[in-house]
Amino acid sequence: MQFPWLSLLIFTPLIAGLVILALPAGRRDWIRGVAVIAASLDLLMSLLVYFRYDATVGDYQFIERVPWVPQLGISYYVGVDGFSLPLVLLGSVVVFCGVLISWRIEDRPREFFAFLMFLGTSVLGVFCSLDLFQLFFFFELAVFPKYLMIILWGYPKTREYGGMKLTLYLFAGSVIALVGALAIYFGSGLRTFDMLALEKAGFPLWFQQFWFPFVFLGFAVLGGIFPFYSWAPDGHVAAPTAVSMLLAGVEMKVGAFSALRAGIMLLPEGARYWAVWILVLATVNVVYGAFLAMTQTDFKYVIGFSSVSHMGLVLIGFATLSSQGLLGAGMQMFSHGIMTAMFFAVVGMVYDRTHIREISRLGGLFNKMPWAGIGFVIAGLVSMGMPGFSGFVAEFPVFMGAWRALPLVAVIAVIGILVTAGYILLVLRRVFFGKLPDFGEHVPDVSMLDKIAIGLLGFLMVVLGWFPSLLSTVVQSGVDRILVLLGGG
Amino acid sequence: MTADFATMLSAVFPEIGLVVLMVVVLGLDLLWRDERVRRLGWITAAGCLFLVVLSLVFALPPAEPLLIWGGMLRLDAAGFVFRIVFLLGAALTALFSLGQDDLQKHGEYYGLMLVSTLGMSLMASAADLIMLYLAIELTSIPLYVLAGFRFRDDKSVEAGIKYLLFGAMTSAVMLYGLSLLYGFSGTTQIAELAEQIDRHSVPVSLLVISLVLVLVGFGFKVSAVPFHFWAPDVYEGAPTPVAGYLSTASKAAGFAVLMRVILTGFWAVTPIWMDLIAGLAIVSMTVGNLLALTQTNIKRLLAYSSIAQAGYILVGVAAGTSFGMSGAVYYLMAYLLTNLVAFGVVSVVGQRVGSDDLSAYAGLSRRAPAVALILLISMLSLGGIPPFAGFVGKVLVFAAAVEAGRWWLALIGVINSIVALYYYLIVLKSAYLLRSEDEQKPLQLMAGWRVALLVCVTGVLVLGVVIAPWFEWAGKAGWALSIY
Repeated sequence: MQFPWLSLLIFTPLIAGLVILALPAGRRDWIRGVAVIAASLDLLMSLLVYFRYDATVGDYQFIERVPWVPQLGISYYVGVDGFSLPLVLLGSVVVFCGVLISWRIEDRPREFFAFLMFLGTSVLGVFCSLDLFQLFFFFELAVFPKYLMIILWGYPKTREYGGMKLTLYLFAGSVIALVGALAIYFGSGLRTFDMLALEKAGFPLWFQQFWFPFVFLGFAVLGGIFPFYSWAPDGHVAAPTAVSMLLAGVEMKVGAFSALRAGIMLLPEGARYWAVWILVLATVNVVYGAFLAMTQTDFKYVIGFSSVSHMGLVLIGFATLSSQGLLGAGMQMFSHGIMTAMFFAVVGMVYDRTHIREISRLGGLFNKMPWAGIGFVIAGLVSMGMPGFSGFVAEFPVFMGAWRALPLVAVIAVIGILVTAGYILLVLRRVFFGKLPDFGEHVPDVSMLDKIAIGLLGFLMVVLGWFPSLLSTVVQSGVDRILVLLGGG
Repeated sequence: MTADFATMLSAVFPEIGLVVLMVVVLGLDLLWRDERVRRLGWITAAGCLFLVVLSLVFALPPAEPLLIWGGMLRLDAAGFVFRIVFLLGAALTALFSLGQDDLQKHGEYYGLMLVSTLGMSLMASAADLIMLYLAIELTSIPLYVLAGFRFRDDKSVEAGIKYLLFGAMTSAVMLYGLSLLYGFSGTTQIAELAEQIDRHSVPVSLLVISLVLVLVGFGFKVSAVPFHFWAPDVYEGAPTPVAGYLSTASKAAGFAVLMRVILTGFWAVTPIWMDLIAGLAIVSMTVGNLLALTQTNIKRLLAYSSIAQAGYILVGVAAGTSFGMSGAVYYLMAYLLTNLVAFGVVSVVGQRVGSDDLSAYAGLSRRAPAVALILLISMLSLGGIPPFAGFVGKVLVFAAAVEAGRWWLALIGVINSIVALYYYLIVLKSAYLLRSEDEQKPLQLMAGWRVALLVCVTGVLVLGVVIAPWFEWAGKAGWALSIY
C-alpha cells in the first residue's frame, strides 16, 4: 500500500483543530501557530499530490480504501482524479490564506481556528470521497463550523439572519440529496455506496430521470443555483473574512462538485434529460447575478452576487455535458475559487481598516494599501475574463461548450460578462481610485501576512493565465473519464 | 426450543442483580444516616455498570432466539441490546442525580430507578402478553413516583400526577387491546399469536381495533403524537435527571415492546399497521418539531424534540422490515446517549444557574467552554449532523423507509429535520453568541457529572464514527425482532 497522502491531507486540519481545542484559551500564539503549521502542511501536501498525479494515466489515483461499515457496503474510500485534484489544491490554498488573514482575531481565537480547521477537513474530505456515504459525512460535517463562525465572528448586523439562512438552505439541499442518494443505493441493488461501482450500475431511464433532480439540485443549492442562491450573498456578507473566502471560494465548489459527482456521474441519463433546464437556470444565474451585483451599494454584497453569477458559468459548463464545457467548468471552479477568495480577502482588509463597506463612502485607497489594490485589480481582470489571467482560460471553453449545446445560452451569458466588467470597473474606480475621504489619511497598510496571502492568490491567477496547461491537462484527464460515463459525449 | 435450568438462570442474572442492587441501596440507606448517603449514586452507577459486564458474560444471546421460564421471556439479541441500553441509562442518570440533595439523600430514589430499570429489562425480553403487561406496570409505577419525587415542589407533583393519570388511562386501553388479542388467538404467547390468529381466521376489522387500542398504550410510552400531551409538562416538572431517564430509557423500552408485539401479533394486518405507524411518525415529527420552535424553556424544548425524535424512530419501524427495526434500534442507542447528555447539561446548568430558561445559557461558552462544547455535540447529534451518533441513526431509518419503497416518508422526515435543526441551532446561539453578566464566573462541575458527560460524549462520537460493531448488534436485534 502506498503512502496515505490523501488521508494525511484530510485529517491534518481535523487533528490540528482538536489540538487547538485542547490548548488553553489564553495562548493565542500557540493556537495560531498550530493552525498555520497545519495549513502549511496541507498546502505542501496538496502541491505534492498535484504534481505527482499522472495526468497521462488519468483516472483515480492515490486511492486508499478501508472497510467502514461492511454490512452496508460503506467504506472509507478516497482518491483523486483530474477533476477533484485541482479542487483539493484550491481548498488547501484558501484555508492557508484564511488562516493568515484571520491572524489578528481577538474574540475566542481558540474556537475560531479550531472551527476553521474542521471546515478544512470537511471540504477536503468531500473532494476526495469515492464513497457516497462518506461524501455526505464530510459534506454535513461543515454545518456547525459554518453556522457558529458566521454568528460568532460575523458582521453584527446581519450575522444571525445570514448564518441561519445559509445553514438551513444548505442543510435542506443536502438532506434532500440524501434521499436521492439512498434511492440510488437501493435502486442499484448492489448494496454498496462505492461510487465507482454505482457508476456502472446501469439504472433504468425512468429511475435516472426521476431521481436526478433530487441529487443534483440538492447539492447545487450549495453551488448557488438559481432560484436557491439567496443564501449566498447574505451568508457571504455576514461571515467573517476567512469564512467568506472559504464559503464562496471552496464551499460553493463543494456543492457544484458533489452535484457533478453524485448527480451527473451516477445518473448520466438523468443529466441528459434535465440538461436544458439546468442550462436555463444557470444562464439566469450568470445574468441575473451580474445585474444584482451591479445594483449593490455595499462593497461585500457586490462580491457576494458576483460569485452567484460566476458559479452560473460552472453550472453551464456542467450542463453542456461536452468536453469543452466540462473542461471549462473544472478550470472555472479553480479559477473562481482563487479569485473570489482574493476579492473577499481584499474586502475584509478594507473593512477592517476603515469599518466602512458602502462603496459611495470609500475612495482613493490604492495609495494607502497598494497590495490590496493590486490584488483587487488582478481578481477583477480574472473576473472579467481578460486574456492573460486564469478567468479567460476557464471561461472561454465554457462559452465554446455552451455555443455548441445551445447558442442562445452563450449569447445571453455573454451579457453577464459585460455587466461583470461594468461593476468591477465601477467598484475599482470608486473604492481604490478617486478622492480619498477625510478619514482616509489614517488608514494603515495591510500586514505582512496579508501580503503573503494576496501574493499567493495573485500569483496563481497570473500563472494559470499564462500557463493554462498546468491546470488544463489535469482537468482534461478528469473530463475524459466523465465523458466515458456520458457515453462518449 | 427449550433450555436447561442453568441457562435460564444465567439469562436472568442481570435482572436478579438489579434486585440485589436495589436491596443493597435501600439497606445502605437505612444504615448510613449521615453524609455517606451521598455515595449511593456512585454505588448505583457502579452496580449498573457491573451488571452490564455480567450481561456480557452470562446473558449473551444464543444464535437462535430461545424461550425461557416457561415461555415468559425470550433470550435474544433484542432483549440483550435493550438491557444494556437501559442499564447504561440508569447508570448515567444516577451520576447526573448527584449533587441534588432532595434526590440523592433518599435511597428510595435510586431504589425506584432500579426497579423501573428491572421492569424495562423485562419489557424488552417479554415473550408473553401477561409478562409484558406486568413488566410495563413495573416500569411505569416507579416512574410516576420519580416524576413527582420533589413533593414540596408543585410542578413536580403536578408532573407525577399527570404522568400517573395519562399512564393509567392508556395502560387500561392497551390492556383491553391485549385482552382482545388473547381472545382472538387463545394464547398469551407472543410467538404463537401470528399462527393462532391465522388459524382462527380473525376478521381484519377486529384485529385493527385491537391494534389501535394497543398502539394507544405504546404510543404513550414512546410519546408519539397524539399521545404526547403529558410529555412537555412532565419533563418540565420532573427532576431533570428523571426527565432525561423518561425521555430515553423509558422511550426505548416502549419501542422494544412496540416492535415485538406488532411484528407478530399483527402479522396478518402488516400493511395496515405500516400505514398507521407511518401516520403516527408523520404527525409526531411534524407536531413535535413545530411546537418545539416556540419554546423558551429548554426542558420543554427537549420534550417536543423528543416527540419528534420518536417520530423519526417510527419511520424506521414503519418500514416493517428487519433493516427498519435495526435502524430503529441503532437510532435508540444513539438517541439514548445523545438525549442523556443533553439532559445532563440541562441538569448541570439548572443546578448551577438555577434556571431552565434558554436565557440561562447565555455566555455559557465563555463561562464553561467544555460544557458548551458538550451541549453543541448533543444538539448537533439530535439534529443529525455528522460525526455524531444521530447522523447515523437518521440515515439508517430514512434508508429503511427508502428501501421499503416509502421514499416520501423519508422525504417528510428530512424536511422535518431541517425544521429541527433551526431550534437546535437557536440553543447553540444562546450558549455561544449571547452575553451574560455571569460569564466570567466559571461553572463548577462535580466529579460524577464530569464522568457521566464524558462517557456520553465519547459514546456519541463512537456511535457516530465507528459504526460497524454497533450496527452489527443493532442488526442482530432487528433480526431477532423480525423472526418468530
